[in-house]
Amino acid sequence: MTCSEFLAMLDDLIDNEVTANMRADLEEHLRGCEHCEVTLSTTRKTIQIYRSHEIYEMPASLRERLHKAIMAKCKKGC
Amino acid sequence: MATIQSIAGENEQHPDVALVERVRAGDVSAFDELVRKYERQVFRIAQHITQNREDAEDVMQDAFLKAYEKLDQFQGNSKFYTWLVRIAVNESLMRLRRRRTGRMVSIDEDVETEEGSVPRDLADWAPDPEQNYSQSELAEILRKTIQGLPPGFRVVFALRDVEGLSTEETAETLGLSIPAVKSRLLRARLQLRERLSRYFKRRTGSTAVGAEK
Repeated sequence: MTCSEFLAMLDDLIDNEVTANMRADLEEHLRGCEHCEVTLSTTRKTIQIYRSHEIYEMPASLRERLHKAIMAKCKKGC
Repeated sequence: MATIQSIAGENEQHPDVALVERVRAGDVSAFDELVRKYERQVFRIAQHITQNREDAEDVMQDAFLKAYEKLDQFQGNSKFYTWLVRIAVNESLMRLRRRRTGRMVSIDEDVETEEGSVPRDLADWAPDPEQNYSQSELAEILRKTIQGLPPGFRVVFALRDVEGLSTEETAETLGLSIPAVKSRLLRARLQLRERLSRYFKRRTGSTAVGAEK
């Protein structure tokens, strides 16, 4: 397996969408390729970091503003 | 585990369905529950797409108001959440286009970049690279990094990896094919990884014995 072939399967490997046979081939490639090993681990880490850190905090006032807007609509229509 | 849950889920009514029915029957407090449940996600998605705080605030308000008004059109054959996300994505893109008049903004456009083929930066990262930064520094790094991606990559990454939508749901929400979602996701992930390497790579002379040859 070449590095390009490994890379084509990278997302499926990360998302756990590979067959057992394919996984074995990918793992065999990883054992001999530090480049792809690093690519895999740091890509996983990239996803994990974005998933676990709130980078856009919602302002607390926004919910109140929305609630008022909905109540105004409701008075007109319900 | 996930498979067992999803099989069980098919036979059970999603809790949102009951809330939607209560809203339809005139109970506004049920809509407040839906807002509380999804407000953060909608705000995040709007921020990811518009990259503008004021726009994201307006999008969040407009998306929920639109959902409230159009609730009769919600068929129930898709999840309420994905239906809501679709409204939020459309509102966000509209705002983005308005701000960038004259500049092409399309999520259908397949952006060809040099990045995203075989990664060039081989440096491994420190074991817990985020610990080298304060929370606010880290948030700034993550914001700056994702801001640099083309909108079409950013939105796919945000929906799939941050909000946890499936490939199929992301494709449906964005009106893209599954292969298009997959190709954008791979390139988005690789580009983010490469850009983050600048901040997170193992520093020379640290504990990495033998890492530098």
